[in-house]
Amino acid sequence: MSEFTGVRGTVWFRAFTGQASPMPGDPKSVLTADAPLGDDHARFLCVVPDPHARFPCARHGEVGLEEGYTLATRVREVLEQDKNTVKRPIIAIVDSKNQAYGRREETAGIFLACAAAIDAYGSARLAGHPVIAFVVGQAISGVPLTHGYQANRILAFDDDGVMIHAMHKAAAARITLRSVEELEKLAKEIAPMSYDIRDYAKLGLLFRLLHVENPENPSAKEIEAVQNELIAAIEDTRKGPVDLGSRLESKGAQEIRRASIITRNMLEAQWAE
Amino acid sequence: MSNKEYNANFINRQSFIELDARERAKALFDAGTSRELLGPFDRVESPWLPMQGVTPQEDDGCVVMKGKIGRQAAVVVALEGAFQGGSLGEVSGGKMAAALDLARVDNEKGIPTSAVILLETGGVRLQEANLGEAAIAEIMASILVLRKHAPVICVTAGTVGCFGGMSLAAGLCSYVVMTREARLGMNGPEVIEQESGVDEFDSGDHALIWAIDGGEQRYAMGLADALVDDDTPQVADAVRRLVSQGVPPVHRSSQVALYRSRIAALDTSRQWDPQELRALWTTNGSEEEKR
Repeated sequence: MSEFTGVRGTVWFRAFTGQASPMPGDPKSVLTADAPLGDDHARFLCVVPDPHARFPCARHGEVGLEEGYTLATRVREVLEQDKNTVKRPIIAIVDSKNQAYGRREETAGIFLACAAAIDAYGSARLAGHPVIAFVVGQAISGVPLTHGYQANRILAFDDDGVMIHAMHKAAAARITLRSVEELEKLAKEIAPMSYDIRDYAKLGLLFRLLHVENPENPSAKEIEAVQNELIAAIEDTRKGPVDLGSRLESKGAQEIRRASIITRNMLEAQWAE
Repeated sequence: MSNKEYNANFINRQSFIELDARERAKALFDAGTSRELLGPFDRVESPWLPMQGVTPQEDDGCVVMKGKIGRQAAVVVALEGAFQGGSLGEVSGGKMAAALDLARVDNEKGIPTSAVILLETGGVRLQEANLGEAAIAEIMASILVLRKHAPVICVTAGTVGCFGGMSLAAGLCSYVVMTREARLGMNGPEVIEQESGVDEFDSGDHALIWAIDGGEQRYAMGLADALVDDDTPQVADAVRRLVSQGVPPVHRSSQVALYRSRIAALDTSRQWDPQELRALWTTNGSEEEKR
């Protein structure tokens, strides 16, 4: 687990918005602000650690009950406000290691809290808001599903501090009955299992992989370059359909996700029969 | 009901849980109307499992059937809990997403088509990790579009239950149908024990697991819409009723203010008796829930 979890999220939230505070009434773990981005005024959201969070299992930057419902609230607010005007871009800055693993969370239905955030992001995308996920640190297990994967376009940094994956190494090894070493060896050969963001980029799910020298302490020039990448992603989104089709049409997907494409084509042919 | 009648009902019951995914799917359709799409003879299987010495299955543990439910067009997608724990891989996940999208296209063409997803799954198939996760995200996107047109109904009957990323997909569905044997939760008990300690969750305590994740509790809390016995006609009846009910006025996952205020009102200094939440949160069918 990266010692930097939460640091990068806050750094980049501040870089884009000039501040790092929650909106009134929100928990300290969810930062939301509107700030100029190119010709747009965009809404930025990020989940960060709050060592004093109400829920004991959600004090290290996890996505828990409050985080799910707060993200949902702040995304829906934009949907409502922009109903009859230009659809504001929504930028999800992602740097959270996982969802909250707690009994209180299960009892109170964390699955619905995460679904509420997914519903909000997905509904915003369908309504025509350009939704961009920007992965600056970790995005593991339920995190990318809840806060990122409903985006039109996903961007990420290309260094070792970035990890997008279905499960942490140790847990994945245990469940698939392997040692961590065996898992790492397999992950080198099998792209979807890799923990390396450069391998992840081969899957065709990313719009762009970005590089800055030190993501914990970017220069003004680097921040501007990253903003320009976000603006390019927003422009690209506005030119295309509101669905997630671009992920399967990408060059990477044409190569690596052939089985997905065959499945889709065959099912469609048989459906009509 | 006398004891004798009760026993007779129990003995005559046609278990749904004992059916495999294919039989479960078929049982939900009007008799003689269903046909399977991309079945085992098409042999579209996982390209990733053989590379890891795991035997693939010719339907990748996912059955897609099209037909009629209550004389209305419907598609049923059933995960086979007995194959890799019902986990979502590139192909099984792709089948579900594509089936939901095709149902959406039919709705847009003016052919009302509902979807039923039978979830017995631990979530992502770890051997296909990021592609499984990507497929789940696409399933979620597909549910969100389809449910504007027609209900998407989730059935989780047991014994695997519905966990991981697919519990979030269940949360997006128009309706959730459960048996008492089924469980619905994001993090399995073993994962919580591993990550947060045995004091947080004792994964050996089965009574605790069902008290929290079990169908009866989820229904009583208003997080599921129908609680049925492990009886095939009962499951099929519930599904038929929900298909005919159509799209709900507001989906549960969109009722953010309601659930956010409920979370805000909880005392987080202690663990809760799951029964408390039944009383605090409205029970199923009440006026607040319908709002």
